[in-house]
Parts: sequence; structure tokens; C-alpha cells
Amino acid sequence: MSGLLRVCTAGSVDDGKSTLIGRLLHDSRSVYEDQIKSVEVASKNRTAGRIDFSLFTDGLKAEREQGITIDVAYRYFATARRKFILADTPGHEQYTRNMATGASTADLAILLVDARHGVRVQSKRHARIAQLLGITNFVLAINKMDLVGFDRGVFDTICDDFDELLHGARLHAIPLSALHGDNVITLSERTPWFEGPSLLEYLETVEVDRDVTAKPFRFPVQLVLRPTHNFRGYAGQIVSGTIRRGDTVTVLPSGRTTRVARISAWDGDLEVAYAPMSITLVLEHELDVSRGDVVASGEVEVGQRFEAEIVWMDERPLDPARVYMLKHTTRTVSAEVDHGLVLNQIGTATVTTARPLIFDRYTDNRGTGSFILIDPATNFTAGAGMIVNPVHQRVAASARPSAAERLARLARAAATEAEATEAVRRALEEILN
Amino acid sequence: MPRLDHLRELEAESIHIIREVVAEFERPVMLYSIGKDSSVLLRLAQKAFHPGPIPFPLLHVDTTYKFREMIEFRNWYAAEIGAHLIVHTNDEAIADGTQPFLVGTQRCCGLLKTKSLLDALEAGGFDAAFGGARRDEERSRAKERIFSLRDAKGQWDPKNQRPELWNLLNGRIRPGESIRVFPLSNWTEIDVWQYIHVEKIPVVPLYFAKEREVVVRGNALIMLEQPFVPLLPGERPQMVKCRMRSLGCSPCTGAVRSEADTVPKIIEELVAARHSERQLRVIDHDQDGSMELKKREGYF
Repeated sequence: MSGLLRVCTAGSVDDGKSTLIGRLLHDSRSVYEDQIKSVEVASKNRTAGRIDFSLFTDGLKAEREQGITIDVAYRYFATARRKFILADTPGHEQYTRNMATGASTADLAILLVDARHGVRVQSKRHARIAQLLGITNFVLAINKMDLVGFDRGVFDTICDDFDELLHGARLHAIPLSALHGDNVITLSERTPWFEGPSLLEYLETVEVDRDVTAKPFRFPVQLVLRPTHNFRGYAGQIVSGTIRRGDTVTVLPSGRTTRVARISAWDGDLEVAYAPMSITLVLEHELDVSRGDVVASGEVEVGQRFEAEIVWMDERPLDPARVYMLKHTTRTVSAEVDHGLVLNQIGTATVTTARPLIFDRYTDNRGTGSFILIDPATNFTAGAGMIVNPVHQRVAASARPSAAERLARLARAAATEAEATEAVRRALEEILN
Repeated sequence: MPRLDHLRELEAESIHIIREVVAEFERPVMLYSIGKDSSVLLRLAQKAFHPGPIPFPLLHVDTTYKFREMIEFRNWYAAEIGAHLIVHTNDEAIADGTQPFLVGTQRCCGLLKTKSLLDALEAGGFDAAFGGARRDEERSRAKERIFSLRDAKGQWDPKNQRPELWNLLNGRIRPGESIRVFPLSNWTEIDVWQYIHVEKIPVVPLYFAKEREVVVRGNALIMLEQPFVPLLPGERPQMVKCRMRSLGCSPCTGAVRSEADTVPKIIEELVAARHSERQLRVIDHDQDGSMELKKREGYF
């Protein structure tokens, strides 16, 4: 089990998300007495009972004044079993982009539903965004069960609706009252028909599949480090896979192959490194590698055109006539999109980039399958994209070295300089013919 | 398959952030507050560029009211790791006699911290400033992005922040604008101490419990080592075994009673703690939403 679970919450406005999180933090003893005191003082002008738990998470003055959550808030708590990072995302439709933000790094989503209302438009929307962003584990938190008399029939109907909606996902449904604490930390006597586990126990024990270390090696170069004339290292964070000293790797988009000479780290060189470690690679050959290139093994897509799902997050609509900046791994290029979208709209479009990207399908690899679109006029992060399919040729990275690489190999294999010259001359003639 | 424990996962994420800044900005600077979070930030920066040096200077905004042990530690540690340290003070305000007991904490912070910081950033032409703030510290900080945009006046607009997805950080700014960068966003106070423990990172001795001369003021213990902390009527100095949980200016930062004189004991104490880290920071409580207001104006 991983020591860190990243969770995001989703649901309609007034379903009680912030209250649920406040309750989790409070009952798991993750908020301190002085924070409870300041919330008790602030609760006096409001109607949510002695302690208004949403005040723990609604951090901005405007949010407390309006009684709604505007912006994604991150919360941290730990139990003896696990550490949690919780993204509390707003339910208001105009802030749907924040839902996508919270979901982008989450392993699991808690979908909150008001037992009195069941599935609503906004719940469907959030479920769709969470699935689109690659979440396969869901907790269906059916809240305000106290207001429907803890009726099992109501619970079962909502579960069936969501089973259909989230086809293929792993779903654990829990009848809750966030306000009163039923089934949040411990099982409630008011739902004897519910076998459990409670919300906290489920979060502590759920196994999420995010084992990216078994996937093909992907290492986007962030920086070239050259502190001295005899050290040239490529700094970056391993997106997926495992690398050992001596492994053969391909540098893309050039397609040249070489081997890993050193895996450099502060504590000394490593024999092996794996995702998501931040390391510095030293390669055996002096290749022209720069920021945005990818050191990889296995098959990878290299191309300038692909189909993607895009979530639009800017009030200025996506305009197919304009050129945007696209950031993908550590590479930023200009890009065009063939379909328009408006704020909060999600759609499939074909993206064409000015320079090639080294990518995977999002469903195969979140890190190399995702990108953001930046409006060059405002610098706003206007769109979030997930690559569905390449629209171009497929390149087998390690199988097809470039022409220059083949020539260099011939030259290196030769015994004398004259032989090398002759071998390269013949190979060039072959290529040109 | 191997899996990183949560500290190493946080470390890898923070190093990624620090490197992105160096790749995308022309003149980054790291705010160095001498506290435990700064110490962790510095170690992460060392790791990010190893075997090379840290490729940006450190900036300490000195209000002149810091604890003596903080300044000693700062000077020793910067030299020890070979960092380039810039110290900036709002000399004009100091000459005008700015101190918390005379002008009030809001105005004092405004002049000696916020204005001083903005002046120093402008003077250095810095377009990105790292800070050690964490989202678990305070509720408005829980809303902050990792790359947090500041306008030409250094101000924050919390209602209009750029969405931040995956680890794709948008570092594009217009001339005059800058960003504040928070590589420790996802760390908690306990993570910081656990990391200090496993990495054996040096910290200011004020964090460790020992007998110190203090006065009891409300629920805070105010240390009397400095001449500018005046005694109020009826207050009597006494020796109390205590430590600092958060370091700030000595008149405005209280100590807590504690027996924790080693890092493992501090961690043990935190696990059992019932009060938040910044509870004894007077400046967080001088008005409703005080941290948010200070942040909007340009404070970290």
C-alpha cells in the first residue's frame, strides 16, 4: 500500500462537501483546538449548528461571506495507516475547471450526492470529468441520509443510477450524514443494513492502481546540468518506469540510442531509479540533448498531430483560428486546435503542434498523455488536454535509429580513420540512392 | 515493484518544481526566512542541481527584530553551504522608529516585511521568488497555487488564479509580473520535521526545548533576550523550559512549553499536539482573514 493517497471531492453545490471534509479533519483529530475555536466564533452568524465544518476549508473571505467554495483547497491529514492529500473542489458550475484541477492528480474521487436529490446534472458532469482525468476509483458518498430517515431504498436507487453512470469504474457507496458524523469515521447504528467499511476506513485501506514503475521508461529532460567541463547531466523527474545503470535508452525526438552511464543523485550515484524520482542521468555518448527531449525505452509516439479530449477553462472561448501555447511534459510549443469550445465545455478535437511531441495515450500514461493550453494574449491556463490517439505515423523508438546515428555507428565500428571514411561514404551513397 | 515512501515522493515533486523555475525564469531568488521550512527548501535546492551549486541567490528580509540565534545561524549556514545571501532591510522605516509596540503589528509587518520584500524583489529584478509556505499552515494558504502569479505591484488576486493541472506549471508572465513559487505546498509540519530528521538538516537551536527567560503574556511565552521587548505592568520574567514552534520576529512570536530537545521528540510532541503551528504568531490574528489580506498585498 502506498503511504500517500491523493483524493479529490466532487458534487453539486450544497451537497455538503466542505462539511464532510471538515468532519473528516475534525473527527480524525487533524484540526487543532485554536482552529476549532476560530471556526466556532465565525459560526455564530450562520445556521449550520455549533461548528460549521465548512469554515475549516473555505479559506477565502469571499467564500465565507457568500457561504460557497470558490476555489480548490488542499487539505492534509494522516492516520496511523496512511497520509492523505485531499483536494476540495467547488460544486458551482462556473468553477468546474477547479474540479478538473483537483481530479488531475487524484488517485480516487469522492462523489458526494444529496440523498434527497439523487443524481443531478452536476453530479453527472463531475463524474464524467473525474473519469476523463483517469480516475477509476470512486467513493459514492450519499449524504444527508438523516433527512430521508436512513432509508435503504433511497440508498439503493442512487447506487444503481451511479453504477450505470460510472460503468467500468470501481465504486464503493456509503450512506452518510456529514453533519452528524454517521459512517464517516465509525459505522453508524442508524444504518444497521450497511456493512461498511466507513469512509475513513475505506480510504485507509483501498488499493489504488498507480504503479507507474512497471510502465515503459519515460524521462522528460528538464534541465541540462553542466557544472564542470567533465560533467554533463540531464535533470528530470521519471514519469514512468524503472532505469538501471547500463540500460540502453533512446533520446527523442532525435531517435539516437545510447546507454545510461550514471544515475547521479545527492546521496551518491544510484544503481537503479524509478518513477516518480527526480534524478540526473549521465549518458554514455555526448548527444545533443536539451530541455523538452525525452529519454525513453520501448515504443513511444513522436508526432505533431493527435486527437485529444479537451476541457476548456477560460471565459474566452477556444478559437480554432488562433494559435495557443501548448505545454506537454517539459516541452512548450505553439499549437492549433480544429474545434471551438466554450467555458466548462469538454470536447474531442484534433491538435496540431509546430514541433513534434513525444507522447503516449493518456489512458496508458497520465504524465506523457496530458497537456495544457495557454492563451498567449493573457497567459491564462485556458485548456487541459488528454491525448486519445495519434493522427500520424508510429515510430518504434529503439528499433529505428536515425540516419546520422547509423552513420556514427559505422564510423565508430571501423578500425582506422580511412576505413571509417570509406564506410560512411558507402552508407551515404546507399541512403541517397 | 518498489514504491517511494511519502517523504521521497514529496521530495521528488518539490525538486521537479524547483527545476521548472530555473528552466523557465531568468532571475529566480529563494526567500530565506531561516526557519525549518527554509532549511528544507535549501536542501531540496542543493539536491536539484547537484553536483552543481544552487543557481540562484538567497534573500533574507531582515526586520532587525529577528532572534539573535536566527541571525547567527543564517550567517553560519549560508557560508557553510556556499550560498549567495542577500540581506535586505527597510532602513528608512527602521530610522523612523518602526516597531510593533509603537505602530501596531499590521503597520509594522507592512513596512518591515511586505514593503521590504517587494523593494528587494524589484531591486534585484527577480521574476520568480521561492517561498517555504505550506498549504497546511493557514486556510488562505490552502488556496494558493504552486506557481502563484503576482501583478506588477506584487499583489495576489486569489479569485482569479490560473488552474494548475497535473505537474504542468504555467510559468508565462508579462513584463513586470512575477511569480511566487511554493515547492513545499504539499508538505505538512510533521513531514518537514521527519525530513529534517532523516536528512540530518541543521536548524536554529531555538526549535529545541531548554530553560529560557520569558514572560507569560496571554497564552504565549515571550522571550526576553532582546532589549526591545518591554515588560508590561505586573509582568515578571521567569525561567521556563520552552521552544519555538514557528520562528518570526521576537516581539511577535511566542514560545511553547516543551520538553522536546531533539528532533524525534519534536515529532512525538507534534503528533500529540492540540494547537496549530501558527497559533502564537500574533500577526495571524490581528484582524479577520489577516493572512489573506497580507498575502494580497504581497506578503508571502
